[in-house]
Amino acid sequence: MASSAMSEPLLSVRGLTKHFPLTRGVVFRRQIGSVQAVDGVSFDLHEGETLGLVGESGCGKSTTARLLMRLIEPTAGEAIYGGEDIFTMSRAQLRRLRRDIQIIFQDPYASLDPRMTVGSIIGEGWEVHPDLVPKGQRRAEVSRLLEQVGLEAGHADRFPHQFSGGQRQRIGIARALAVRPEVLILDEPVSALDVSVQAQVINLIEQLQDEYGFAALFIAHDLSVVRHISDRIAVMYLGKIVESGVADEIYERPAHPYTQALLSAVPSPDPTITRRERIRLEGDVPSPANPPSGCRFRTRCWKADERCAEEEPALVDRFGHGHPSACHYADVSDVIGSSGQE
Amino acid sequence: MTDDVRQRDEARAAAGQDVPPAGQQVEAPRPDEVDATEGMAVESRSQWQLFRRKFVRHKLAMGSLLFLLLVSFTAFNAEWVAPYEYDEINVVMRSTPPTLEQNHFFGTDQLGRDYFSRVLYGTRTSLIAAGVAGLIAVAVGTAVGAVAGFYRGWIDSLLMRLTDLVLIVPLLAILLVAATFFGRGQPVRVAVIIGLLVWVSLARIVRGVFLSLREKEFVQAARASGATDLRIIFRHMLPNTVGPIVVNLTLTLAAVIILEATLAFLGLGVNPPEPALGLLIEEGRSAMQTQWWLILMPGLTLVAIALAINFVGDGLRDALDPTQRES
Repeated sequence: MASSAMSEPLLSVRGLTKHFPLTRGVVFRRQIGSVQAVDGVSFDLHEGETLGLVGESGCGKSTTARLLMRLIEPTAGEAIYGGEDIFTMSRAQLRRLRRDIQIIFQDPYASLDPRMTVGSIIGEGWEVHPDLVPKGQRRAEVSRLLEQVGLEAGHADRFPHQFSGGQRQRIGIARALAVRPEVLILDEPVSALDVSVQAQVINLIEQLQDEYGFAALFIAHDLSVVRHISDRIAVMYLGKIVESGVADEIYERPAHPYTQALLSAVPSPDPTITRRERIRLEGDVPSPANPPSGCRFRTRCWKADERCAEEEPALVDRFGHGHPSACHYADVSDVIGSSGQE
Repeated sequence: MTDDVRQRDEARAAAGQDVPPAGQQVEAPRPDEVDATEGMAVESRSQWQLFRRKFVRHKLAMGSLLFLLLVSFTAFNAEWVAPYEYDEINVVMRSTPPTLEQNHFFGTDQLGRDYFSRVLYGTRTSLIAAGVAGLIAVAVGTAVGAVAGFYRGWIDSLLMRLTDLVLIVPLLAILLVAATFFGRGQPVRVAVIIGLLVWVSLARIVRGVFLSLREKEFVQAARASGATDLRIIFRHMLPNTVGPIVVNLTLTLAAVIILEATLAFLGLGVNPPEPALGLLIEEGRSAMQTQWWLILMPGLTLVAIALAINFVGDGLRDALDPTQRES
């Protein structure tokens, strides 16, 4: 991990911003505001590493994923991949990019075309990029991929509706791997699955990562899922990253009140631990169409005062741990008590 | 045999199903059992085989298709099949009810023309009209709806306002004017005009389906694999729109036959004595009380064709949908 942090990042995102316009009127359309789904997000992704992106629903995680695939156009910002900005790429470059970066979607029921067989779903990328696998070997390659993700070669002729949610997600993984990506974006890949199946799928992803060596951006709303698989973690709140750092740092020394609150909600696997104090957050996430001034978390923060309303805290390394946090009153605290337990 | 059993058996016989001997306990196979075994047998079939197999097993659709093929075949070979010319007058046999004598299966009209031959030739006219108009409606409607739903924005607004325009003009008034100027006595031209007016409902349906499909994750996944717009439209979105298109097509076909009949009824479309189903119905209407066969025979033919088209549409829709269980 230390060496990868030194090398040039594979994907470098700076100031990524997406404001969805809110309009009124049909003929004379005018903009009456905007939903600030993603607002100035920056992070680096290094070769072969896994970056966990965590936050509540509606905080802009999935929008970030779709922006990076350029399924939607950003309002501002840049994302450098292979020396080129993804957002200014030409059509031909974009085609190439969509081979190098692949995405796995959250809903395994909506992400597979119900009219195509599993084989043609997995092989579709080769029709767009025909040089990847020669025509004669595609059938065999589909079988190999199916077996690699824990399905049977004979499943290639079946239709998606004949599979369970976990199996479908495996098909989605096989489809993404078929074009041998360098970066895999996983947009809440397990949150639609049963808990028992979640672990299997996460283990599969880890195992495949060892084999293929892709870098992963693992998006989740649940810190406990992310810890297992991530090297580094970034916590998002209302379109901004509020804290980021190496996974153990985030877990053992969370500095931002929001991270502390999220961590305190993670259930403890050890029943002998005396029930630790839960931080309960009041209220709902404010509307991203009208975010609070200053610190966006201040409306739900127990530490908030006038300064938080006036001055937006910067995401800087406050304690010299290489672990930046965006809070004026950041204060390291071991919420889950893990350092004492291990 | 109790009354309801007899009724059921009669209904089955009418639907062309096997009637079990009276008194015997009828045990229908439980649907889940049937599926369990057949589901496994289907595993390694291609999509085309699966489609064909499902369609062939759809009895009503298959029967209707055979019926349509038979009707089309006889109608398009009317010169050889029909016992008489459509305008051949036989004064001796005027106004004869249906009889086997001299092959007047459908009787004769007031001029003594063989009605079976006239219905046969009339069916041909109506089928051509339906085919041409249906094809045009599907082609234009699908193209307009797909482009509008896929690209959205100004092109969508433009196409949809055009659709609204076609939709709000009184269909019959336009048809009458257009048919008078361009189509008098030319069924194919009339059919083209009809086709150019009835695509609007399909365009709206296809647009709606496309709008929802383009946000689906599998479409996004295809885009994320680098697929082009054309590929996404033809490989992913159109196949998922087949159900609504087929259903709408069958409705359109039936509607076109009736529209064409309406036009003929109003004296446009074909030139008498050349027959069309609509024209025959109009002629028969005046003599409904005394010569019932003059309206019944072409009317039944029209209804049977329209029904058969609808049943085939049902079968197509089910067979094309892999999530539909085999029935």
